[in-house]
Amino acid sequence: MSEPTTTPQSPASSEVSTTPSADEPSLVQRAFSSSAGRNIGLVIGLILLVIVGAVTAGDNFMNLDNMLVIARLASVIGVVAIGMTFVITAGGIDLSVGSVLGLSSVVASLGAIQTAADGFWPLMVFVAIAVGVLAGLTNGLIIAYGKVVAFIATVAMLAAARGLAELISQRQTQVVTNNGFLDFFRGDLLGISWVVWIFALTALAGWFVLNRTTFGRRTVAIGGNATAARLAGVAVKRHTVYLYMIAGACAGIGATMTLARTTAGTSTHGMLYELDAIAAVVVGGTLLIGGRGTIGGTVLGVLLFATLNNVFTQNNLSSSVQLVAKGIIIVGAVMLQQRFANREASSSSGGGAG
Amino acid sequence: MIKDDHPASLLEVRGLIKTFGSARALQGVTLDVRPGEVHCVLGQNGAGKSTLIKTLSGAHQPDEGEIRWNGEVVTIDNPVAALELGIATMYQELDVVDGLSIAENIFLGHELETGGVLKRREANKRTRALMQRLGHPQLSPTREVGTLSPANQQIVSMARALSHDIQLMIMDEPSAVLDTEEVNNLFRVVDELTNQGIAVIYISHRLEEIERIGDRITVLKDGKSVGSNLAVADTPTRELIPLMTGTDVEHAFPQRAPVADDAPTILEVSNLSLAGTFDGVNLSVKAGEIVGLAGLVGSGRSEILETIYGHRKATTGTVKVHGKTLRPGSVSAAVSANMGLSPEERKSQGLLLEEPIYRNATLSTFARFAKGALLDEGAERRATEEQMKALELRPAEPNRITRTLSGGNQQKIMLARWLIHGTDVLILDEPTRGVDVGARVEIYGLIRDLAAAGTAILVVSSEIEEVLGLADRVLVLADGHVLDERPTSEIDEHGVLDLVMKGSAA
Repeated sequence: MSEPTTTPQSPASSEVSTTPSADEPSLVQRAFSSSAGRNIGLVIGLILLVIVGAVTAGDNFMNLDNMLVIARLASVIGVVAIGMTFVITAGGIDLSVGSVLGLSSVVASLGAIQTAADGFWPLMVFVAIAVGVLAGLTNGLIIAYGKVVAFIATVAMLAAARGLAELISQRQTQVVTNNGFLDFFRGDLLGISWVVWIFALTALAGWFVLNRTTFGRRTVAIGGNATAARLAGVAVKRHTVYLYMIAGACAGIGATMTLARTTAGTSTHGMLYELDAIAAVVVGGTLLIGGRGTIGGTVLGVLLFATLNNVFTQNNLSSSVQLVAKGIIIVGAVMLQQRFANREASSSSGGGAG
Repeated sequence: MIKDDHPASLLEVRGLIKTFGSARALQGVTLDVRPGEVHCVLGQNGAGKSTLIKTLSGAHQPDEGEIRWNGEVVTIDNPVAALELGIATMYQELDVVDGLSIAENIFLGHELETGGVLKRREANKRTRALMQRLGHPQLSPTREVGTLSPANQQIVSMARALSHDIQLMIMDEPSAVLDTEEVNNLFRVVDELTNQGIAVIYISHRLEEIERIGDRITVLKDGKSVGSNLAVADTPTRELIPLMTGTDVEHAFPQRAPVADDAPTILEVSNLSLAGTFDGVNLSVKAGEIVGLAGLVGSGRSEILETIYGHRKATTGTVKVHGKTLRPGSVSAAVSANMGLSPEERKSQGLLLEEPIYRNATLSTFARFAKGALLDEGAERRATEEQMKALELRPAEPNRITRTLSGGNQQKIMLARWLIHGTDVLILDEPTRGVDVGARVEIYGLIRDLAAAGTAILVVSSEIEEVLGLADRVLVLADGHVLDERPTSEIDEHGVLDLVMKGSAA
């Protein structure tokens, strides 16, 4: 079909060349209207937060160990948010990820599973992911073929998965006794916890799939205009099912990480994680209406909230104050993005429309 | 140019300039509107018509220039200020709320109330009077607007404008969603407005309409008024086209050789039905042949196309391509059989407006360019650029955001998508809607070239003249039935309309 000589262009270079040559927005506008530029805004926010941390908490904040703590705390939400980025980019939403994470943790830590995983601890990981994928498959089928809107279908799953987790665990905390599992997750590579590596690898894989593969192109196309995608021959329904399966799989991975961190599976794991994940995705610059998604932005969004959490804890401020700050950041970040997005739209389409 | 300082000018616009960033949308527009006249504003896409309207309706503020209303200099800060002056605007994109009733839509924003309690009976009564005045007494004030046809939604939009005390009504391409019959009703309404002394600014692509109802014309090109306040009676159409385009359009529909008798049949549709919409449709298209469907809105023409393409699932009947039956209700099956559709609503059904051009051009083929699951965007860009050059789509920049293109160029992107894919059957629903005169001719040429290269083409247009000009054979439709089928050389626009009227009456 085509010569194998072409190398994929970097996103940065393609972004620059897409700027319409007819109008020349200012450098600032241009910087903010590219996806890399939106990320610059987040990076600046993150740096400001780090400076605040360094000034108020000094060495307690500015040391490598603390940075690793931040990364570790960000990892579970981070992985969940990567899956969420796919769903939201395609114009969907998954409110069930927190509950599914809880359900996965309960099933994977069942006595029978732990016994079966005695000689081979990764079995617990497979079970957790399988539960997530199954829940995602259910969501996807109901949304794509049952024609139930994603919000309702996943709210239903949010309730049902939490209830199922309670039934299975009989509301008991199931202690993780599998030493192979615990030892692995306690370990590190190059001084960095495996948990953080898993987040990093998930993010990298997510970035690659979203930006470089046909799967990613379909995802963006469906979010941008589902009818156009369908009429061009994209199998929209099937793809929608895959997307919710990815979100479920990410919740399953998150469950594994939570099991390792807390050394227990309970039905209360993952409470309200869906909102944290959505907040990180949206603050990161992925459009809630779909059609534009950025994994890099999501990672930065997750890190922003994790750092905020850490700075507040270091300064012994109550978590209530922290919640208020978080709310302000969400609204502020989204308003800022919209301002720049609107400027971009009016400067590129206003001139062209006759 | 007639510089008319008629003392009774209702609206005078002088030297209007509006820029967006570095793009100058208006670069000096002059316009006079007298009470009770129909003033047509003509221009290609991008000429500045929409910006002019938005400036007059308060949506945009001009950078320079003067607007006088009844002789006094005014600034129109927002849409409410425009309405208070007496300027109402009917936008091209319907701006009605689907979930509300007709009466609720009409009084939206200026509800009739006493102390916050709605006066529904009064609103319904006044709505009935407005509907009477607009020639649609059958539309009940309590009917939900979402259940109305686009033409009737437009009536609601018009009624809303009339519910204010207005002196000037701006209509942006009101006939775009209408059929011949409905256009006649629109003109009747316009006549009535002008008889009451209300002035109308009428925007349209269709020159023949301007001849019928216009009093004076202002032509815009590249944001400037190149002809202001020309009297329709003294300005023949052939003088207007060069003003708009800078070129002459003589032969809109190029002549071409008839299809060979032995050309193989590519598309065969037998006894296709969609419950409640159309029934027992049979048609076939040979390689190299263009077949048109003519009929009014509601005749089922678009639905037939969408069902053939699998976007809707047929109740009964079969669609065969190269003799192979397609799975009903499956767009993927149609696309794999090398069928392509350029849908009626390009923006909402065809394009990813925020994406670069090449991603739209390869929306059906990116997986084919990819190596395994890995996208090859370089190959996609090259293929797109090649098509853009072949389609004379300038500048050939595949990375440009699709939203910034004109309607004609967006239509070319739709054609490029299927040219890259390779199609045996191409289905075109309203191929020139929202496309200006100059680009239309180019698109007609492209469609003819495609047919000459052996593609079987099925085309629908609300402009009967276009169907007859493009197609070799035409199927005349009414109420979901095929009334007649014959070569386009044997029937003219009147013949089609006669058939349609009789068919609808029966």
